[in-house]
Amino acid sequence: MFKSLAPPEYLATIDREKCIRCKRCIQNCGWGVYSWGGDKILINTSKCVKCLRCYHYCPEEAIEIKDNPTKFKNNAYWSFHHIRNIKRQAETGGIPLTGMGSDQNYPILFDNLMIDACQVTNPSIDPLREPMELRTYLGKKPSSVKIEKGKDGKLKLQTKMPPQIKLDLPIIFSPMSFGSISLNAQKVLAMAAKECGTVMNTGEGGLHEDLFPYKSNIMVQVASGRFGVNPDYLNAGVAVEIKIGQGAKPGIGGHLPGEKIPLEVAKTRMIPVGTDAISPAPQHDIYSIEDLRQLIYAIKEATNYKPVSVKIAAVHNVAAIASGIVRAGADIVYLDGFRGGTGAAPSIIRDHLGIPIEHAIAAVDDRLRQEGIRNEASIVAAGGIRSSADAAKAIALGADACAIATSALITMGCTTCGKCYTGNCSWGITTQRPELTARLDPEVYAERLINLLHAWTHELKEILGALGINSIDSLRGNRERLRGIGLDTQTLDILGVKPAGR
Amino acid sequence: MNHNYQKDISGCGLTGLISKKKNRLSGSHIVKSLCLMNDRGNGLGAGYAAYGIYPEFKDFYAFHIMYDEPSVRWTVEEYLKSNYHLEKIEEIPTFPVKAISISPLLVRYFMKPLKDKLVGDIQEADFVVNTVMKVNSEIEGAYIFSSGKNMGAFKGVGNPCDIAEFFRIEDYEGYIWTAHTRFPTNTPGWWGGAHPFTLLDWSIVHNGEISSYGINKRYLEMYGYKLTLLTDTEVAAYLLDLLIRRHGLDIPTACLALAAPFWKNIDNKDEDEREALTALRQAYGSALLNGPFSILFGHSKGLVGINDRIKLRPLVAAIKDDITYMASEESAIRAICPTPEKVWAPRAGEAVIVNLED
Repeated sequence: MFKSLAPPEYLATIDREKCIRCKRCIQNCGWGVYSWGGDKILINTSKCVKCLRCYHYCPEEAIEIKDNPTKFKNNAYWSFHHIRNIKRQAETGGIPLTGMGSDQNYPILFDNLMIDACQVTNPSIDPLREPMELRTYLGKKPSSVKIEKGKDGKLKLQTKMPPQIKLDLPIIFSPMSFGSISLNAQKVLAMAAKECGTVMNTGEGGLHEDLFPYKSNIMVQVASGRFGVNPDYLNAGVAVEIKIGQGAKPGIGGHLPGEKIPLEVAKTRMIPVGTDAISPAPQHDIYSIEDLRQLIYAIKEATNYKPVSVKIAAVHNVAAIASGIVRAGADIVYLDGFRGGTGAAPSIIRDHLGIPIEHAIAAVDDRLRQEGIRNEASIVAAGGIRSSADAAKAIALGADACAIATSALITMGCTTCGKCYTGNCSWGITTQRPELTARLDPEVYAERLINLLHAWTHELKEILGALGINSIDSLRGNRERLRGIGLDTQTLDILGVKPAGR
Repeated sequence: MNHNYQKDISGCGLTGLISKKKNRLSGSHIVKSLCLMNDRGNGLGAGYAAYGIYPEFKDFYAFHIMYDEPSVRWTVEEYLKSNYHLEKIEEIPTFPVKAISISPLLVRYFMKPLKDKLVGDIQEADFVVNTVMKVNSEIEGAYIFSSGKNMGAFKGVGNPCDIAEFFRIEDYEGYIWTAHTRFPTNTPGWWGGAHPFTLLDWSIVHNGEISSYGINKRYLEMYGYKLTLLTDTEVAAYLLDLLIRRHGLDIPTACLALAAPFWKNIDNKDEDEREALTALRQAYGSALLNGPFSILFGHSKGLVGINDRIKLRPLVAAIKDDITYMASEESAIRAICPTPEKVWAPRAGEAVIVNLED
């Protein structure tokens, strides 16, 4: 067979002295890198994605995965990836796919924003000794409320409040469908959401019956393929999300290949086994903002007015689009920055379309305030939230809550290898192969995800305490407590943040 | 460019008193009380507010305007004349004080909006607020520092005693008084930066730093307020105006929004109260005043004292006869009321609300 001219990215190596030929690497690798040669392990390194499953399960630490030192001649303009992609396209004529969020070297604004702290003139607060509130409600808020005092002197609300989603911390899970990830991975998200008082999102894959017990912590999604959508589904969760776009692939639909559609996925999506599940690029009943309004209200009618979220990719004109979405009746605007993850996207799209979430939050929050409608919808920010600090910065820029997916998957073993689209995930996350999904014990991994949320909860409380505030309400949109370092004047203006030292 | 401002930070001492029976008291009491707390300020700002001081003009808005630049006086007066009936214009009486070498031109106006200007739905109070916002944000060198009826603020750069002498505070008689001495840590001495801050009948003196300032400011801007002073206190004044006057909350409820009870306490209330307080916090999360503060705010019907939700700044209250006193320190109260009937430290977030008798 013609040997590919695109050299392997990684070299899987085995220390033959240490190897005890236990074959665990063969068993664990979902990619078929290792095979048994009769007396030793054989290695097909071109298949290696550096997911490190074999490394972790090698009892003798005999395995090492190296970046391939053999690269094309160094060239500041023609990078390794440019040349390699051209060679791959020359061989296949296709669009190179990828998973995860963009790994390209674009500026990361989160890393150029610093959070304030109290000294002398205002005391910092110790979250271990004083109450520290992270509770967040997502949904439309009235601009004012009417409260009357009864004869007994007790307060009585006179305003009818729009429905709210109560969160114990300002972090939810981003939508990931059953199909793109395994049912076990979804169970991990659902269990952790329930334990931590937040919500997971079904993505566009329907709701498997195993998740019914977690309904009060689930948001269901309606996207362009309308997979699994029926009245029961719409009413199953606490809210419904209409997915217009995704940060990793703005303007692009989805394609779940037939190989990832076994019986359970097919049943949940309500499509035949083994057929490709195509989500068109637009929703074919939404070609305009007025069409979106009709779908929002159709869903509200069908669900007795549950909150409706509209998810869009952060694109250049995001502020005006978000304003339209709020005016169309959405309760939540979900913004997904270009660093946001994906199960599968053309890498050319993932790496070149959209804008960073930091700009999008600032622009949308500003626009909604200028138009006097910021209270009409909550803003959820997603697309590359790597830590509680990123979340705090996103909230200070103006988000009500953040959504995480990659961070959650990392607790399940993900190493961001970016090969989710192949269906071979050796950690049992983005695969439907039963021998691989069986590895992901939901109870065990839910514990790890719960630990992560607990850790971020503690960290957020420490940040609030250092800021001298005891409620997340006082961080939200409080850009006065952020400073930029190394950012140009225009970027600072867009973010509404002063430079450090001012 | 709205983010590019230098926020004002200061520590302070405050004191206030109210006679429920509307007995008008000389300013000498409040001056004595405030001057006891000289060490809580650093001479870079002090001020007084009093209610009931202009009975002969009680139906007119009393505008106190300071002109850093005397030439803009005519611009401002042109503008006022085209929108208001001006009953009386006079310079605010001041007396030379050795420690105060320079002061802005200080003029007061008693006036009413012209009837034909109040077209459509615009309320008189909104019209006046718009005038204050416009002058303060658009006319460089002019600053309206008092705009209520039968009340007034007097403030400037100096020690409490010097400012009192400069304005002859003891010559005024009022039934509500508040006063403030200031310890700014980063502002140049500007007369407008001293407390009290007022808008219409609201007057605020404030000790503390509002750590939620950034979001409070942006929240208010959504409702058309222009925050020109960049101080925490201004935020508190406008929030009260928004919640009470424009949104119609009563004062105790507005206090529950500004220094909101903790969720754990709300969750333990019975259903109706829980629902009301939850909605209040949901709607007014961005109005929550967070960070250390004690605030006294006066209005045409009474005086309110309130602390932040975990009481990071001092506030003491006392009662004697029909007078309620509130101050940063008990000694400031005892200086003018040596034997109060009751003295107490209000709990965190619990407002002390005193209303005038009808």
